[in-house]
Amino acid sequence: MISTIAITTAPINYQRLVEEVRTPAAGAVVLFLGTVRELTAGKQTLSLVYEAYTEMAQKQMAAIAEEAATRWPIAKLAAVHRIGPLGLGEVAVAVALSTPHRAAAYEANTWIMEAIKARVPIWKQEHWADGTTEWQHPSS
Amino acid sequence: MQVAVLLFARLKELVGSAAVTLTIPSAGTVADIRAALGDAYPQTQPLLAHLLIAVDKEYAAPDTRVLPTSEVVCFPPVSGG
Repeated sequence: MISTIAITTAPINYQRLVEEVRTPAAGAVVLFLGTVRELTAGKQTLSLVYEAYTEMAQKQMAAIAEEAATRWPIAKLAAVHRIGPLGLGEVAVAVALSTPHRAAAYEANTWIMEAIKARVPIWKQEHWADGTTEWQHPSS
Repeated sequence: MQVAVLLFARLKELVGSAAVTLTIPSAGTVADIRAALGDAYPQTQPLLAHLLIAVDKEYAAPDTRVLPTSEVVCFPPVSGG
């Protein structure tokens, strides 16, 4: 069952997402958090700014969740991506899900994160410590 | 035919606007949108081959038809997460 799927500018309440996916039907709960890292290949980040084509991003996140639910026996699933300016250590993305056994929970969570990074129209802009900014666009 | 096109991230920055109007043939496609963007805004050329184009909130193939009422959006490779 898919519960929360959202794109938000507010801080992600990941404790609430974990509680949302906990159920006696599942023996395993996996939470992934993507957080703002300070160093990338030796360069220092001050903050990140995420931008989204929000309506399509929401739709893609929902489609990924539905596809995951056909591949693994997911009891409950919640996924949230934050946009706007984020400071070091803040949570940019959270995926919480539960399954009867742990192998499926780890696999499904990894697959969902890879799909989000590949398909959901969201972009991050690095604000480096040297004062420059840089959009991250893989393969371009 | 004139089509309103929304832009995001580095593409928006290069063009200097979040929305542009492009002129394409009347039975135009997504491939025509890409070509018209490159012609009207030569500064987008380095990104052009990698751009993704969505029509009505779905990823669109080069031969997807574009209507005057279509919601057309161009953007660079995504980098969420």
